[in-house]
This record gives sequence, C-alpha cells and structure tokens, in this order.
Amino acid sequence: MSKENNDIDLLIIHGIRSGDNTSIDQIYRLYYPPIERMIINNHGSREEAQDIFQETVMVLYNKICQTDFKLSSKLQTFLYAVSRRLWLKQLTRGTSKYNVELIEEQHEDVLFTDGDLDEHEVKEENFALMEEALNGLGEPCKSILHDFYIDNKSMTEICEKFGYTNTDNAKTQKYKCLQRLKKMFFKK
Amino acid sequence: MKVLSQQEFIEWADRYQRGELSPEDSHQFEEYCAATPAHADLYVQHSSFVNDLKRTANHIEFKTKLSKNAKAYHSQQVVKKQPIIVALWDKLKLNAAVAASIAIVSVFSTLWLTGYYSNLRKATSDYSALRRDMNSVKRNVNAQNVAIKNMNNGTDSKETIHFGATGFSITKDGYVVTNYHVITGADSVHLQNHKGESYKADIIYTNEEKDIAILYINDSTFKSQKALPYTFKKKNSDLGEDIYTIGFPRDEAVYGQGYLSSETGYAGDTVAYQISIPVNPGNSGGPVLDKDGNVIGIISGKQKGIDGAAFAIKTEALLETLNDIPTDSLRKSVILGNRNLLNNLPRTEQVKKIQDFIYLVKVY
Repeated sequence: MSKENNDIDLLIIHGIRSGDNTSIDQIYRLYYPPIERMIINNHGSREEAQDIFQETVMVLYNKICQTDFKLSSKLQTFLYAVSRRLWLKQLTRGTSKYNVELIEEQHEDVLFTDGDLDEHEVKEENFALMEEALNGLGEPCKSILHDFYIDNKSMTEICEKFGYTNTDNAKTQKYKCLQRLKKMFFKK
Repeated sequence: MKVLSQQEFIEWADRYQRGELSPEDSHQFEEYCAATPAHADLYVQHSSFVNDLKRTANHIEFKTKLSKNAKAYHSQQVVKKQPIIVALWDKLKLNAAVAASIAIVSVFSTLWLTGYYSNLRKATSDYSALRRDMNSVKRNVNAQNVAIKNMNNGTDSKETIHFGATGFSITKDGYVVTNYHVITGADSVHLQNHKGESYKADIIYTNEEKDIAILYINDSTFKSQKALPYTFKKKNSDLGEDIYTIGFPRDEAVYGQGYLSSETGYAGDTVAYQISIPVNPGNSGGPVLDKDGNVIGIISGKQKGIDGAAFAIKTEALLETLNDIPTDSLRKSVILGNRNLLNNLPRTEQVKKIQDFIYLVKVY
C-alpha cells in the first residue's frame, strides 16, 4: 500500500464522515468501475451494480460513523469485499439458482464477514424504523424536532419560526412531539 | 429537592446536554440525577434516543447525497460512452475500410471467377439479340428487297443479267404477275421463258402495299398460249399443306418444295403466308402451288437469320388487286383459268406443264 494511496483513503474517509460531496464523487470515480465489472461478470446488471455499490458506500458510512472505526486495509479492498458480500447475499437470497461458489472465495472476505453484514442490516433496519417514525410524525412535529435536536436551534428561534406565542408553548409542543415519536419508534 | 414532571425534566436534560446551563446548574442537574434514579434512567434512555435521532437524520442526509451523486456519476458515465464508441471508430475505421474493400473485391472476383458475368452477358446478349431479330425482320426483308431490286437494277450492266426475278402467267393471253419490288424504277421489263424466248412487257398495274405488279406481254412474237394448267385458290390454305414453287434464282428454273408453316406473313401480315421453302433472291414473284396445282400465293421475300421462313403473298390479295385494276388500263379483260389440268398428276408432270407459264423477269 503506497503512502499516497493511503492518504487518499484517509482523505475520503474524513470527507465521508463530514458528508462531503467531492469525497463521494471520488469514491465513485476511483472504486466503482472494478466493482461494476465484478458484478456484471457474475450475472449482474449495470443497475444492480449501481445499487450494490450504493449500499456498499452506506456500509462504509455506517462504519465511519462508529467512533472506533479504523481502516485495516486499502479502501479499495474493503469496498470490494463489502460489495462482494452484498452481491453474494443478493444472489443467494433471490431465486437461488446461482451457486454461491460462482464468486470464488478470497482472503479479503475476513474484512467484511457475514456477521458484519448482519450487523449492518440491523443498523439499517433501525435507521429505517426511525425514519419511518419521523415520517409518520407529520408536520410541524418533524420540523420542530429536527430544528431542535439536529440543527441545534434555540427554543426562541423555533418559537418564532413556527409562530408560537411564547417559548413555553413551543417547549410543550416539542415535548409532545418527542413523546409521540418515542411512542411510535418503540412500538415497532 | 422537589420532584420534577417528566416534561420539565426532559427540558432540563436537553438544556444540560446542549451545554446551555451554567456550571452550577449543570452540577445541580447531575445531583438531581443521582438523587432520583428513575429520572437518571430516563435521561440515559432519552439521550440515546436523541443520539439515534441525530444519527438517523445524518444517515438520511448522507443517503440522499449519495444517491444524488451516484445518479450524477452514472449519467456522466452514460454520456462518456459516446466518446468511447467514437474513439473506437476512429481507431478501427481504417481496419473497417480495409475489411470492407476486401469483402467487395472478394465478392466481385468470386462472381467473376465463377463465370457469373459471362453468363449474365450471354443472357443479356441473347435477349437483345432476340429483340434485334424482331426488329431486324423488316430490315432483313427490306434488305432482301433491296438486294433483289439491286439485282434487277443490276441488269443494266451486262453480267448481272444471270440474276432475275420470277413471274407467272395469270391468263393465257399475256397477263403476268410478279412482285412490285421487282419492277419498281424499271425503264422496261422483259420476260424470258424457260425456252429462252424473251418478250417485252408493259407494267399494267402495281400495288405497293401488297407488293404485287401486273404485267402484260406486249410483244409481236408472243403467241397466245394454251389454257393455264393451274387455277387460283381463293380460300386460305391450311397449315402443313404440301406446297412447291418454281423460280429463277438463276437462269435455269429451280424447283423448290416445302410446306405452309403459318397463316400470316412477316409481323402478322395477314395478306401473306409464311412458307417453308428454300428460296433465294430471284425467287420473288414465283407462284406457290399446292399439291393439286392450285396457286395459293406469290413468293415475296424471306426472313434472314431464320431457317425456312419465307413469305408468300396470298392469292386472295392477287385477286383483289386484279379487281382493283381500272378497266381503262387493261388491254384485254382478265380471265383467270378455271380448269385445273394438274390435278392427280405426279409432281414432275405438273412441273413440266407449269414451266411454260413461268418467266424470268428482267428489269432494265
């Protein structure tokens, strides 16, 4: 692994963590083509390759968001391993007419095991749940909670934005919204 | 310390988490948590939930960004495809051109080697030859006519006399018929019988369309003959009928035999038959007789390039022509023979009897 490559990998990881567009571009430019080739060579279509790679980047993102994440190989290798695992899973999950052995085993598989994949899926499921709950909340609750907890806006700002007569009213509203969200989230 | 309601506590906890509280207040919050374990649990739960919420929000945000970028990237890829193809074409067009030219050359050389073109040419030349034949029939007839004419005109010069056309009597007293083309442009016409006796003849009447000319022997040495041995058959004869002719393709009378091959002459000409008798220049104007000794026609020409295609003007046309002659032009009224003396005679006898009535026509 050359120093230069490593730097690029680190840069990309840093960019991804902060949600930088150029990093996403870069990751596609550098690492997408070989993965597309791998999937197309293994009974996949171009569209499937695109989906798989997007999922792969999401895996990377989730990993990066874990504070203890440390890249143990080249980013290229890691992404390739993840894509392979995801594609294998999709192949076997589907009509199962393809043999798993179609893609020969490689040592990189330890980089992203079935366990990792399951973990990722649980996480994704969790996110999906939360997203669903948020969407089910409706306006203005969704916006109020977003403004307060994610954008870290003050209660006064929120009070003004949503036209509450005083901050206490806004606070009560926010609390109610939060309770509803919790209820919806945990119910599922 | 008084117990807070859940709402109040969470409000407080939020402010604590966001660091909006003063140090004393923070301290107070921690103490409160320590004092009320229920609320401490609630705080842990709440903060983890808020964390989840934040993470979800970031996750969603990243995901949308990612899919947007992915879309942009892929559409860019699709656009990039074009230049790849163009580049490929640029690289390979020389090869393509070479391959195409080799293909073309090999196709045509194979066609050439397998004789396709010679076959083609043969076929087309056959075809055009056929067409030319059709077109050339008239030309051939004309050519023959011209040849015959020249031949007769050629009698001006002494040596060409041994050619001549043929004519035959239609009455015993000196009316003779021949082809119009034989006597066109003639200064004078002389008739010579097989005995070598020569008589001067006048042109009484001509019909260019039917190619018929009526002559009258106007010579003091000419004596009225015996009755004509043959008659004229007005009805059309049948195909395949056995026919013969006597003519003067040279100085001596020449007998020719054949059959009636078609009811019409050249190009569907209904006033003529097509006959299959070997005829030559000089036969023009000769009588065509059937086996019973009836005159059924007058030899008029033949088609060059086709075996056995000669033409004879039907007797009917001759009779019509005779009827057309104004009475003023006639020296004597035309009385056709109505007694056939040839019937049931062998051919040689027929020929002997007929010979006296057939003339070599010399045109000066």
